Amino acid sequence: MVTIAKPENLVYQRPESLTEFPTHYCPGCTHGVAHRLIAEVLDEMGIREKTIGVAPVGCSVFAYNYFNCDFVEAAHGRAPAMATGIKRVLPDRVVFTYQGDGDLASIGMAEIVHAAGRGENITVIFINNAIYGMTGGQMAPTTLPGQKTTSSPNGRDVETQGYPIRMAEILAQLDGAGYVVRRSLHNPANIRKAKKAIRLAFETQVRGLGFSLVELLSTCPTNWGINPADALKWVEEHMVPVFPLGDYKVAEAVAQIKV
Amino acid sequence: MAKELLKGNEAIAEAAIRAGLEAYFGYPITPQTEVLEWMSRRMPELGRVFVQAESEVAAINMVYGAACTGARVMSTSSSPGVSLMMEGLSYIAGTEVPMVLVNVMRGGPGLGNIAPSQGDYNQAVHGGGHGDYHPIVLAPSSVQEAIDLVVLSFDLAEKYRTICMIVADGNIGQMMEPAELPEMRPVKRREWDWAVTGAEGRERRILTSIYIDPYDEEVTNLRLLKRWREIQKNEVRYKEYYLDDAEFVIIGFGTAGRVALSAVRAARAQGLKVGLLRPITLSPFPYQVVDELSRRVQAFLVVEMNSGQMLDDVLRAVQGRVPVEFYGRLGGVVPFPDEIADEIRRITSEKLTVTADPREAWYERLSARVN
Ligand SMILES: Cc1ncc(C[n+]2csc(CCOP(=O)(O)OP(=O)(O)O)c2C)c(N)n1
Ligand code: SF4
Repeated sequence: MVTIAKPENLVYQRPESLTEFPTHYCPGCTHGVAHRLIAEVLDEMGIREKTIGVAPVGCSVFAYNYFNCDFVEAAHGRAPAMATGIKRVLPDRVVFTYQGDGDLASIGMAEIVHAAGRGENITVIFINNAIYGMTGGQMAPTTLPGQKTTSSPNGRDVETQGYPIRMAEILAQLDGAGYVVRRSLHNPANIRKAKKAIRLAFETQVRGLGFSLVELLSTCPTNWGINPADALKWVEEHMVPVFPLGDYKVAEAVAQIKV
Repeated sequence: MAKELLKGNEAIAEAAIRAGLEAYFGYPITPQTEVLEWMSRRMPELGRVFVQAESEVAAINMVYGAACTGARVMSTSSSPGVSLMMEGLSYIAGTEVPMVLVNVMRGGPGLGNIAPSQGDYNQAVHGGGHGDYHPIVLAPSSVQEAIDLVVLSFDLAEKYRTICMIVADGNIGQMMEPAELPEMRPVKRREWDWAVTGAEGRERRILTSIYIDPYDEEVTNLRLLKRWREIQKNEVRYKEYYLDDAEFVIIGFGTAGRVALSAVRAARAQGLKVGLLRPITLSPFPYQVVDELSRRVQAFLVVEMNSGQMLDDVLRAVQGRVPVEFYGRLGGVVPFPDEIADEIRRITSEKLTVTADPREAWYERLSARVN
């Protein structure tokens, strides 16, 4: 007979807010890490049954299969508008979007800026992996200068293809934003910080303190064409200098929150 | 309630509110803006949701989100704005959530103008967003009818979990007429077994329009089709005028139908056996009644404020049994009753033949008139 782990020596288990559904993410992809952090936060805050998630179009299009809470699936880039519609009708529920960089910073630029501008009480988890994952590795608005993608085969030429867009910095300018930070998922220390930020973002929402967004630097080993370990290093060495980690907007009331 | 003098757009807005509208999302565009303005004042006053979105793209996706919670929700716009909503409409159709959209149509294509038009018939009835779906499309021809159809549209949308669209041309939105508003119905959020509200004490729910396995998508499409067939069976609506003994039948919807009615009355006064069929549901289209008429009348005249979009549906029903003639004005021009009276005189006096495309002869006639 299999011994069931006793609660006192249990060190790791699936959060209640995740389903048992195996994810479809590639080996070494940090989408799964981000999912787990969100689920842990929902569990810790006891808000799973009040939460409605909004999935994007991108590699995380099936995020709704993995979270054990109500979920809707938005059109490409429109998650913040859809979340606005849900939250306005159900203001006492917790509403979050989960979006990639193509989804949020390219096709959905208007929706995210205006959701933040209106101070919508929603939480946005923004996965910045500097590339379009789902469609096979094309240039994203966050692609680094010189970075090779399938649509910038010679490396992103800033003269003709422009510069990476720093969303956390842009959104932090808006008065409606209560909490806007950038974290990274490239090592355990940063993952712990990321989780704390996700917690604060949801705390911002449940207290009605405005729009909250956590940008997470994330890997896409498959489309970067490197192995998972090198992908983590690539985040640290190449992405962090272009997308500095830090708190871009922490409203006074948010700064008071103790978690 | 007593009749009051009401502007079409404001009547549409207030009718929706009294039908229990919980949330409105929109963007300014003439000739629809008074709906948005009315909502911006009334909805917050009643503790309900109003958001002026950053675009029609955002507005329709806010509607999509709110509709997923099971709330009564609507948006309104005019032609260019409705074009921007097509993506969202397709998603809403694919997710099978109910919503109401009013298109106060204006002249096009492109930016066009702000005059009344029926140029979006095909977009509403036969096209629109990508994929296989059929919205219900209703066309009022007076302020009173706009009010009544707005109230009906929510019930239809919810009954069939479908998009219900009201196409009113700019005329209906802008004109003032005596009309009666319904009593204020209390807002009551129904407990739909599909709505996403937070999984408290129940299994989680997912609302999506993605079915990655084509066989699942086919099953979904079949489900949509099944519902559409029920709608076709139960919800066809039209109005008949002087059809009992009519030998010639005019077919027109909305303002074109209304103008045609004046011409038909004038023709009747002269003893001509002319009647009018005014489709109220453009989708589902009253094929059956046109089919039946085509077995007993001498000819049809289709009148539209476009280049013959509904005409194709009439032709499909008539199947060449009798001649079908066409008269249309374009780009925001509203036909005068006299023009239609001329056409009535023409079709009742000339020897007509069945032609492959009635637009050919009309094109020559209109070109001669316009140039
Ligand atoms: C309107 C529209 N345009 C294009 C696409 C194709 N598309 C699907 S996902 C995607 C990019 C996703 O990239 P990102 O948001 O960075 O997410 P990731 O896959 O990297 O997680 C694109 C362009 C689409 N689904 N819809
Ligand atoms: S393609 Fe990239 S972003 Fe998508 S699952 Fe694979 S590694 Fe992750």
